[in-house]
Amino acid sequence: MPKLKVDGIEVEVPPGSTVLQACEAIGVEIPRFCYHEKLSIAGNCRMCLVEMEKSPKPIASCAMPAADNMVIKTDTPMVRKARHGVMEFLLINHPLDCPICDQGGECDLQDQAMAYGRGDSRYGEMKRAVKDKNMGPLVKTIMTRCIHCTRCIRFAGEIAGVEELGATGRGEDMEIATYLEKALDSELSANIIDLCPVGALTSKPYAFNARPWELRKTESIDVMDAVGSNIRIDARGAEVMRVLPRLNEAVNEEWISDKSRFACDGLRRQRLDRPYVRHDGKLQEASWPEAFEAIRARLGGLAGDRIAAIAGDLACAESMVALKDLLAALGSPHLDCRQDGAKLPAASRAAYLFNSTIAGIEQADAIVLVGTNPRWEAPLVNARIRKRYLMGGLKVAVIGEKLALTYKIQHLGAGPETLAELAAGHHPFAEMLKAAKKPMLILGQGALARADGAAVLATARQLAESCNLVREGWNGFNVLHMAAARVGGLDLGFVPGNGGRDVAGILDGASSGAIEAVYLLGADEIDMARLGRAFVIYQGHHGDAGAHRADVILPGAAYTEKNATYVNTEGRVQLARIATFPPGEAREDWKVLRALSDALGRRLPYDTLAAVRKRLVEVNPVFASVDAVAPAGWGAFGSAGAMGAAPFVSPVRNFYMTDPISRSSQTMAECTEAFVKPKLGVGKPDAGKTGTHG
Amino acid sequence: MLRDADRIFTNLYGQQDWGLTGARARGDWDGTKDLILKGRDWLIEQVKTSDLRGRGGAGFSTGMKWSFMPKKNDGRPHYLVINADEGEPGTCKDRDILRHDPHKLVEGCLLACVGIGANACYIYIRGEFYQEGSNLQRAIDQAYEAGLIGKNACGSGYDCDIYLHRGAGAYICGEETALLESLEGKKGQPRLKPPFPAFCGLYGCPTTVNNVETIAVVPTILRRGASWFAGLGRPKNTGTKVFCISGHVNQPCNVEEEMGIPMKELIEKHAGGVRGGWDNLMAVIPGGSSMPVLPKSICDTVLMDFDSLRDVKSALGTAAVIVMDKSTDIIKAFTRLAAFYKHESCGQCTPCREGTGWMWRMLERMGRGEATLADIDMLDDVTKQIEGHTICAFGDGAAWPVMGFLRHFRPEIEKRIAARAQRAAAE
Repeated sequence: MPKLKVDGIEVEVPPGSTVLQACEAIGVEIPRFCYHEKLSIAGNCRMCLVEMEKSPKPIASCAMPAADNMVIKTDTPMVRKARHGVMEFLLINHPLDCPICDQGGECDLQDQAMAYGRGDSRYGEMKRAVKDKNMGPLVKTIMTRCIHCTRCIRFAGEIAGVEELGATGRGEDMEIATYLEKALDSELSANIIDLCPVGALTSKPYAFNARPWELRKTESIDVMDAVGSNIRIDARGAEVMRVLPRLNEAVNEEWISDKSRFACDGLRRQRLDRPYVRHDGKLQEASWPEAFEAIRARLGGLAGDRIAAIAGDLACAESMVALKDLLAALGSPHLDCRQDGAKLPAASRAAYLFNSTIAGIEQADAIVLVGTNPRWEAPLVNARIRKRYLMGGLKVAVIGEKLALTYKIQHLGAGPETLAELAAGHHPFAEMLKAAKKPMLILGQGALARADGAAVLATARQLAESCNLVREGWNGFNVLHMAAARVGGLDLGFVPGNGGRDVAGILDGASSGAIEAVYLLGADEIDMARLGRAFVIYQGHHGDAGAHRADVILPGAAYTEKNATYVNTEGRVQLARIATFPPGEAREDWKVLRALSDALGRRLPYDTLAAVRKRLVEVNPVFASVDAVAPAGWGAFGSAGAMGAAPFVSPVRNFYMTDPISRSSQTMAECTEAFVKPKLGVGKPDAGKTGTHG
Repeated sequence: MLRDADRIFTNLYGQQDWGLTGARARGDWDGTKDLILKGRDWLIEQVKTSDLRGRGGAGFSTGMKWSFMPKKNDGRPHYLVINADEGEPGTCKDRDILRHDPHKLVEGCLLACVGIGANACYIYIRGEFYQEGSNLQRAIDQAYEAGLIGKNACGSGYDCDIYLHRGAGAYICGEETALLESLEGKKGQPRLKPPFPAFCGLYGCPTTVNNVETIAVVPTILRRGASWFAGLGRPKNTGTKVFCISGHVNQPCNVEEEMGIPMKELIEKHAGGVRGGWDNLMAVIPGGSSMPVLPKSICDTVLMDFDSLRDVKSALGTAAVIVMDKSTDIIKAFTRLAAFYKHESCGQCTPCREGTGWMWRMLERMGRGEATLADIDMLDDVTKQIEGHTICAFGDGAAWPVMGFLRHFRPEIEKRIAARAQRAAAE
């Protein structure tokens, strides 16, 4: 533990710390532009210069390792002069366009110029102008503002794992660019907007929309995947203007995926803002009492086992518990939250959790990915694996599609056969797993959402046991979810009761007429054609597939519009908070169900959010501890059986459009055009060509 | 004046065969095996005793640099890297060594490898040195063929491989850590120090980076003895040095001379004197374009070695003497140098990237007289904002010429400004 003196105060810091960190430890602020905790040290902005005794020159505190007996001074004429000088150099070629710059109000350069600059300008020469670069539909560039801190380059190379950004040219002609003038092909690309300390990289969809001081900031949880990224929702009036990441080392560190960030414009389109009832084959606007009456009229005389419910991927725990209670009151055992048909049992929690935790990936030394494309199903899990990969000594194997991930993989095979081989220990990689200190198996929905899913799960469990993945203090068995609602649904037992039907059964029943009424709680990913002649109630926030099929539509709230509980793929209970009110007549979902229960004469016993949450804890005590992960006990699960031969395929075919919100988002549509279609060979006729085709 | 017997580079002018036969005739590769067998510690001790200082510009003690390398091998290989990216304006000493006496360097590489415990040596040669690179490669091949390097070099049991790598013409790649980056295949940008190359250099392994001339004199030092070398020149400024004299002299040349020779003697004896006589001298840059310029008054008496030049606030640098007579438009000359540094700045760190262009633009204006007296102070201030605030020494090297220029030739700028004001008034 090096002990050094900063401004006369003795400070002890962990070995490997830098002088800058030592200064921060005692609360001395060091200005910086290029330094960022999560990126490698570049030391190029020179803003963090401090004075070190016995050094004739000021030193860059971000790059200097703290050592014993150093004497650091951060407030001397030498340091002030150095900061003035660097600040002046940064500003001489920086345009004076703060009034029209989107970074205004949250600009490091602006803030630090106020605090450390000289206050006047001596530069009388012409300023430099730099051509803007095309970085795709998400990142707007005004490269004249760039101060060459290289944070974006380092992010792209280190975290995102796409070495597409770089600096071309030398000296003052140095420019940050993607060499081929193409969009940064990464699911995390927009994080460079947050990293940019100036207004060189800003958000294209948010351009000229708002000033930061006009925005109401709400700390919340993202639902675009099952990672449960911590986000901050910035809203003005009734509109969500943008979504930003919030620091949570255990979950998303300080990044979010492009979908989490930009799908929010989908919240303004295709919204269900009032109830609808179908009359004579046509959906017609209705009032809440009319809608409830229509439901009561149809459900009133119906036996319980004629009614079924399916919960969608964005449903919150509150609404699911209310719907489950309502179905129980109606006497129906037919309910399911696994609309993709994944064969996950609710009985054993370890069977459906990402048991190693996301942060736990950093300890793993061997990972086998089965039927999953983490890059598209959970970009932040993928980023964690890359982070671990960069530390060195990590082996990653894949069973499933041959993927272009951001780390080296060993492709073992395509389907169940290889998994069985590995589980039986006949594959060389089994030895690798056995020898590893902290081996991990990551099982994707592509392996589970299929007819033989239960057998695949059983084989995976066999693999976990034969390769000793579950050890003292370590559980290497992981299920990677894609739906934000899924773990919460399983925790609440939103699965068929005794003699109940699962999603496939409900659809069969609806087709055959055995099920006469189906309640869709935001469920849009099922085959609506198979609902037959059933009476469909759709509760949700977007006019997607479910709403089109519905006989009654009950408008609910999107994730930004309610206080709601979500459980992420690790089993971490997190709270989303209300940032804006639901549009029009729409209401928070549990309230809709509570009101409906009244109309049906089966009043649910809770009137407040607190009471609903109490009910959540009653159903499953995990809901009592928010933001914590409790290890799940290992037990028997899965049912052995024959597995099919079909290869595992990730269910995500288009990262940018996976749910009703992102499907309504214009930005996500643009991303699909820019990133997904060229890869599939659709879109422009010259897509994929390099210009050298003659 | 250096006696012929004390000359190290006896084929500096390429009048003899540069190949192995010629080199052997000049005494190279003589008893190299014995020198190797005397071991690493002896080698370092000899180089330390000789007081050899690096010939690349900074003048750091070579023996000391070698002794920074880890004594025990921790599993990582050690590397020797030769900086043959000679790009300093005015300097062309390594070039003559590379093309006329490459075996001196090859033998030096072998011995230096022994000195630092390396088995591989990379020579990073400036890309423009086409012929020099060919000659050097041929010399390396000859040495391999003769068993002088490679496995069991000179029959000593020591393995030493030498590789030649061509640069692509960036001045900054002559900075030792930028050179390592470039050698690794990356963009040539200096690294942050610490860690220093001796701890973490090429491919993250302990590395020593030395100049061509430094390494080329090592075999002779070892053969003739450290005390012989230390006996030349002045204490701490020992040995011989190849000086490159260019500019307004009658016979520009490279010449090997004793350290500490008076500048006047150097110019008059070897370069045929200043054009138009010594009194026509205006200024001399004594050590390549990065070093502060000296006016005639100092040139009259100054000695050409590290410490004497440091005492007059300049430095020996690469010992490239750039002579300017009174016909020189000195503002234009330094504007040109500033333009060079603006062009060659790597752009990585702020003061250098932004400051070099600013200095150049101000000098451009001053050359036309379009400036105020306050601008001169501002220019001086800007040089101080660059000096010492950058990642590598390039910032210093860009600021020093301007600083030296302002220190000694400020009246020239004032005159230019006044003249323009007068012209304007007359119109």
